[in-house]
Amino acid sequence: MNKEELLSKLKTIITPYVQNQEGLENLTEDTDFIQDLEINSANLVDVILDVEDEFDIEIDNEAMEKMLTVKASLVIIEEKLNEK
Amino acid sequence: MNKRRVVITGLGVVSPNGMTVSEFKSAMYNGVSGIRFIEQLKELKFSCQIAGLPNYNKDYLNNYFTSIQQRGLNASGMEYGVIAGLDAWKDAGLSTNDSEIPLWDVGVIFGTGILGVDKFRDAIYKVDDGNVRRLGSTTVIQTMASGISAFLGGMLGCGNVVTTNSSACSTGTEAILMAYDRIASGNAEIILAGSTSDSGPYVWGGFDAMRILPYKYNDNPTEASRPMSATASGFVPGSGAGALVVESLESAQKRGAKIYAEILGGHVNSGGQRNGGSMTAPNSEAVQYCIKKAVQNSNIEAKDIDLINGHLTATTKDSSEILNWCEALGVSTIDFPYINSLKSMIGHCLAASGSIESVATVLQLNEGFVFGNINCEDLHPDIKPLIDRDKVPTQTIDFNVKIAAKASFGFGDVNACIIFKEYS
Repeated sequence: MNKEELLSKLKTIITPYVQNQEGLENLTEDTDFIQDLEINSANLVDVILDVEDEFDIEIDNEAMEKMLTVKASLVIIEEKLNEK
Repeated sequence: MNKRRVVITGLGVVSPNGMTVSEFKSAMYNGVSGIRFIEQLKELKFSCQIAGLPNYNKDYLNNYFTSIQQRGLNASGMEYGVIAGLDAWKDAGLSTNDSEIPLWDVGVIFGTGILGVDKFRDAIYKVDDGNVRRLGSTTVIQTMASGISAFLGGMLGCGNVVTTNSSACSTGTEAILMAYDRIASGNAEIILAGSTSDSGPYVWGGFDAMRILPYKYNDNPTEASRPMSATASGFVPGSGAGALVVESLESAQKRGAKIYAEILGGHVNSGGQRNGGSMTAPNSEAVQYCIKKAVQNSNIEAKDIDLINGHLTATTKDSSEILNWCEALGVSTIDFPYINSLKSMIGHCLAASGSIESVATVLQLNEGFVFGNINCEDLHPDIKPLIDRDKVPTQTIDFNVKIAAKASFGFGDVNACIIFKEYS
């Protein structure tokens, strides 16, 4: 899976949780889930579960804590996919 | 301090026989039952395989919940409560608070017995599987009892009391009285009051196990709930929610709101599980005391009451409830007011019963009718000598109700009685 595919899948996953649509339209690797997209912090855990389901991976607590931006999330997803 | 006058300016309901106030009103007027056979209860080997279950499809939720709020939503009581609550709000002509400032004088008191039972079941399976990390973020907010008041309070932007009361089957009536007290004493202007009750086998199973539900009506569900009847054989479990916007008269007048009725007062108490009272049975002395105090607090005479909407669940306790009304009000036979039980049509909606039935009572006051009790052609022989047969109408009567009493009694030997008056 190339990076664009990953990014597009991630975007689909986070879309329902986003409260700032403008942030979503301008999504880049630097986009911060809470700051830029106004995702409720409680929902971050739901994003993680959806990521796990989509990619059939398991994200441990330590990795989860880092998944606050698009870039960090892509890195972790790729890592976990490579471990499979 | 003088008590301020308190009125009702909005109604909302999710009932087994109506999803909107107008549907509900017409069903009640026409004696339409909302009780039906539930296949799942049969599969699970329940003795009583019928229930009062609100009827709507999931798309309906789009009118009330955002898509994100619907993700993982598996709490029927939450659905019912939010639908009824938001409908009542809209009916009162109120809008949701779009500003960043909470409405300091506006609150929510919305009771329940238990919330999100199905969600809790999901969680239990995951936890027992060692999979707690997969619960997601919504388990707590859907299974905490106060989830319903928290959802409504947040949706509307309330800054006054936002709480959930719980007193078994008197919960709904108690919630309205709590709202009344807070507004009458000047601590709030508007409170969305009501109650909700989850549906399904995990809520109703415990009652089935107690053998207090009718089990001979699985083939003719609409005849099963028979309050005050000689052939009453237990209460039919129900579910749903009722909501009332309770408001100071001052606030209602200021914004030119439509006023359904006035709340004159009421009382809540307990029989202490003494003197015949127990966890499951009421102490009659306490019931009578509760009714008397409600009348006294409302500054009316007992004889002024022209309609009683009873608790009347269709068990052997119905006769003692009637006797208690007679004793407490000091009236009987021909002097007794009209009395009816909505449970004949929708069953016993448990924590939601008090609020749904209060909506029904207020509608009768407002529209000038007394709905007929269905399934009560054979009045119980113990009730016959107490009150005149005509006072238990089996057909709806057009009648200008001026003052109505509504009472609810609950497990734990707790009672609530509220007095509504036509607004003038």
